Formats: sequence, structure tokens, C-alpha cells
Amino acid sequence: MKINNKIAKKRKEDFPIFRHNLGLVYLDNAATSQRPASVINAVKDFSEKDNANVGRGVYSLAERAMKKYNQARIIVADFIKAEPEEIIFTRNATESLNLLAYTLPSILPRNKNEILITEMEHHSNLVPWQQLAKRNNMKLKFVKITKDFMLDMNDFNSKLSDKTAIVSVAQVSNVLGTINDVKLITKLAKQKGAITIIDAAQSIQHLNINVKELECDFLAFSGHKVLGPSGIGVLFGRKELLEKLPPFNFGGGMISKITKENSEWANPPEKFEAGTQNIAEAIGLAESLSYLKKISLENIKEWENYLLKYALKRLKEVPDIKIYNPGEEKSVSLVSFNLLGIHPHDIAGLLNEKRIAIRAGHCCAMPLMEILKAKGGVCRASFSFYNTLEDIDILVDALKEIQKKFA
Amino acid sequence: MEQGIPETLYSKHILELYKNPSNFGMLKNPTHSRTEYNSICGDEITVQLEVKNGIAKDVKFSGSGCVLSLVSASLLTSKIKGMKTEAIKKMNKDDIKELFKTKINNSRIKCVLLPLEAVKKALK
Repeated sequence: MKINNKIAKKRKEDFPIFRHNLGLVYLDNAATSQRPASVINAVKDFSEKDNANVGRGVYSLAERAMKKYNQARIIVADFIKAEPEEIIFTRNATESLNLLAYTLPSILPRNKNEILITEMEHHSNLVPWQQLAKRNNMKLKFVKITKDFMLDMNDFNSKLSDKTAIVSVAQVSNVLGTINDVKLITKLAKQKGAITIIDAAQSIQHLNINVKELECDFLAFSGHKVLGPSGIGVLFGRKELLEKLPPFNFGGGMISKITKENSEWANPPEKFEAGTQNIAEAIGLAESLSYLKKISLENIKEWENYLLKYALKRLKEVPDIKIYNPGEEKSVSLVSFNLLGIHPHDIAGLLNEKRIAIRAGHCCAMPLMEILKAKGGVCRASFSFYNTLEDIDILVDALKEIQKKFA
Repeated sequence: MEQGIPETLYSKHILELYKNPSNFGMLKNPTHSRTEYNSICGDEITVQLEVKNGIAKDVKFSGSGCVLSLVSASLLTSKIKGMKTEAIKKMNKDDIKELFKTKINNSRIKCVLLPLEAVKKALK
């Protein structure tokens, strides 16, 4: 069913947080999304009825737990059109990317020593590569952004070369909302023989993702940004690459054979899942993806784009506002902005007094803030399909009021 | 009231002090000076002191930041003017909180402590 303002309002009823915090205007969905009751219950149900360690016990309870855990992996795989054995459960996108930064060097060709990322990366897709470059004497390059907040593809082409070992790019910027053409980026990077990685932390909740169509080598995302629990994340990796990669963590559950001297690794994904995993949270994540699928990402995309269009129109009414967004269709439903002469933390502090939750500050993208010349950071309002036009009206009215206070 | 919604941090008095700060500017003959940054929020506060016979005869500050860090600088510089430097060095978080007379959330405590940090480092 298509989403309109009435249905969005109705959808809020699926989320207990709004019942417990009456009047909450939650516009920080890019930081973490709220959880529907079905997700909360899936985690609770598993803990109450099916909890056992997985891959170890032979008793019925353990088999049931294993079955649910495997089922969760199948649901996640299906959501991004991957194979179940290509899905590794991690803690979050950050851990997924760190896993790659630590294990990839052993399979990189010697003549390749450059890593290419962009100026709009979140710290989670920047610091691991910066540190890898330091450890292994590699060169980290940044693709520039244009004045209209898009990725500069001319700059990308000029920085991509035969020396490029890794290309790792956010599908969606957590500050600008910009949707990058990761399909094209992957295609160009592959022509140069680079490993291709997509940071999908900000896209998984907004866009249909098909890893077979994107043809990327790896893709990472977090559960808590896609209506799921925190503490669970995903790394997708192409099967043949996961087979070549060495393990990241060592311990129980990831070996096939072990003696005092040596170990042989289990097949992927177990090879990368040492120790007991966040089983209940994996099951919660699967439920959140099933919930999203029921609403359909197509419907979500349509409504969220309408919200973005409305938000941009209304925010432009506010005097002395600087908006950092490429515009509808080019962005997911989030808008970063600044009010001239007022610190973002003060804006967020004053909005909080009206029960409006937004993000303010550097948004874990400090190099980008420097490029945007936003010394104190930005304010970011990020929407989900359960947000309504009234949420945006409340925000805009409050911003106008704040400006009056400071005048 | 729901949990977590504070009474206003931005009272008329605070906003007035933000718009018309006390002791804002530069000293002609500072004996001590220090600039401190809070890189997380881009705040930058410079404090200058003119110390004579162990007493802060004059104090001024300059810089940019959020309401809380700048108001804290106004309140602090007014408070320490005429105080013994030894007493200033002993000031802590609670003294700053007291100057504000409203509850400061944990998330903003760094903002209000920045000027004190600059003063203490200047006197070191």
C-alpha cells in the first residue's frame, strides 16, 4: 500500500517508542532508527523460548536456535539478493569495514598500493583505511565533492588507476544525503582490478539493494539503522573472495580442525564468526527486514522523497539558513543545515526543549565539515517512512522561533 | 513531563549574556594568555589575564562557540576578576555549575568547562 500522511501516522503505532514518549518528534533516523514492536518481540521471543548457543549443542533447543539463526541469515541474504554463505554477521558496519581493513592486505597484489575513498565518508569508512594505509605504507586518496554536494566523477576517474587496490564508497552520505552511483563506481573500479566495497549503512533503509546487480565485492551495513537492534551488523562478501580471505578473529566456531600446532578454518561465513554471536539480535534484524519488505522499499522511497521535497521547501522559508543537500531524487530523506550565527548544538538543545530530536555537530564526518566550512558542524534532520508532514512543520516553526530568540 | 526533557538551559538571562558578553575583547598588557579548543564542536576560547601580586587584576576573553561556552566565559571572567590566582587554580566543575544556576546536561558539560580550562592552563 502506498504511504501517505495518514498511513505514516498510523505506522507510528507500530513503534512503541512513540507511545512511551508522547509528543516526540524523532528526526534522527540516520543515527539510529526506531524499532517496531515485531522486532522487539522477535528478540524477546527468542530469549524466552528458543535461547541456546548455536552450532554446538545436539539437543532440541539448540537445534531450534540454530534453525532460527540460519533462517535469519537467509532472510538477510535474500534482502540484498546474496547467497546465505556470503552473509557474515558482525556487530555493525564499522566492524564489517574493520574486518576488511585487517584481512584484505594479504590478498592484494603487490603492485597496487592505493586506497580510494571519498570526501563524504563517515569516519567508519575513513579511519580503518587511513590506519591501513599507515600500517602497510599505502596511499589514501579522496574523491572530491562538487559545489552541489555530488561526488565529482571527473576527480574519481583521475584518481582511479592501475595502482588502486581498494575502492570503498558510501552509497549514501550520512551528512549530505547524496546517493552515489555505486554501480558505475564499482564498474569503473573493476576495470582497474580494484576490490570494491560499498558502505550501505545509510542506504539499506532507503534503497533497494541488489548485490548481484551492483557487482560489488563487499557491502556493509548496521542493523540499528534499518529498524533492527544494535549490536548486529552485516558484511556481504563475494563467495570466492571470502574463501581467499584470512579470518579476522580467532576462536571457537571458526575452525574445521585443530591440533596443538595448527588450525584449519571453517568455510565462510563461519570462518569469520569466531565466538558466540549476537544470536537474538540477528533474529531481530531478520524481522526488521521482513517488516520493511512488507511495507516495500518502493513505497518507502516514494513517501520519503515526498517528505524530503516538503522539508526542503519548508526549510527554505527560514531566513538565513544554509542547506547542504543536492535536492530531491539525488538524496535520501535527510537534510543538513545551519542557521547563520547560531551554533548547531544550541539549535539542537533548544529543539530538544520542544521534544524534537535532531543530530547536531560533525556527524562523524569531520573532514567533510572542513570542506563545508561548517566549523561547529551542522544540524541534521533525517526522516523515516513513519515521519509525517506535521513533524516537518513542527521543526520549521521551532527553527523560526529560535531565530527570533537570537535576534 | 516525559523523561529527558529539561527545563530551559536558554533562559532570558543566559541569552542576554550571550548577546552582550561581559569582558569580551583583548587586554593591552596581558601577563597570561591561553587559547583552548573543543574540536568536537569547533569552539575556540582565548582567555587573557593581567596578574599583579598574585591577583587577577583584569581578565578578558575572545573567541567563538555555542551559547553555553561563551556565557560560561562571561560568567567566569566576571567571577575571577580580583581573585587570587591560587584560588582560581582550585576552581572546578562545581564552581562553574554554580555560576549557571541551572542544571547542565552531561552532553553539554564540555562546553561550559572550556573557559575554565583555558584560564587554568594560562596560569600554569
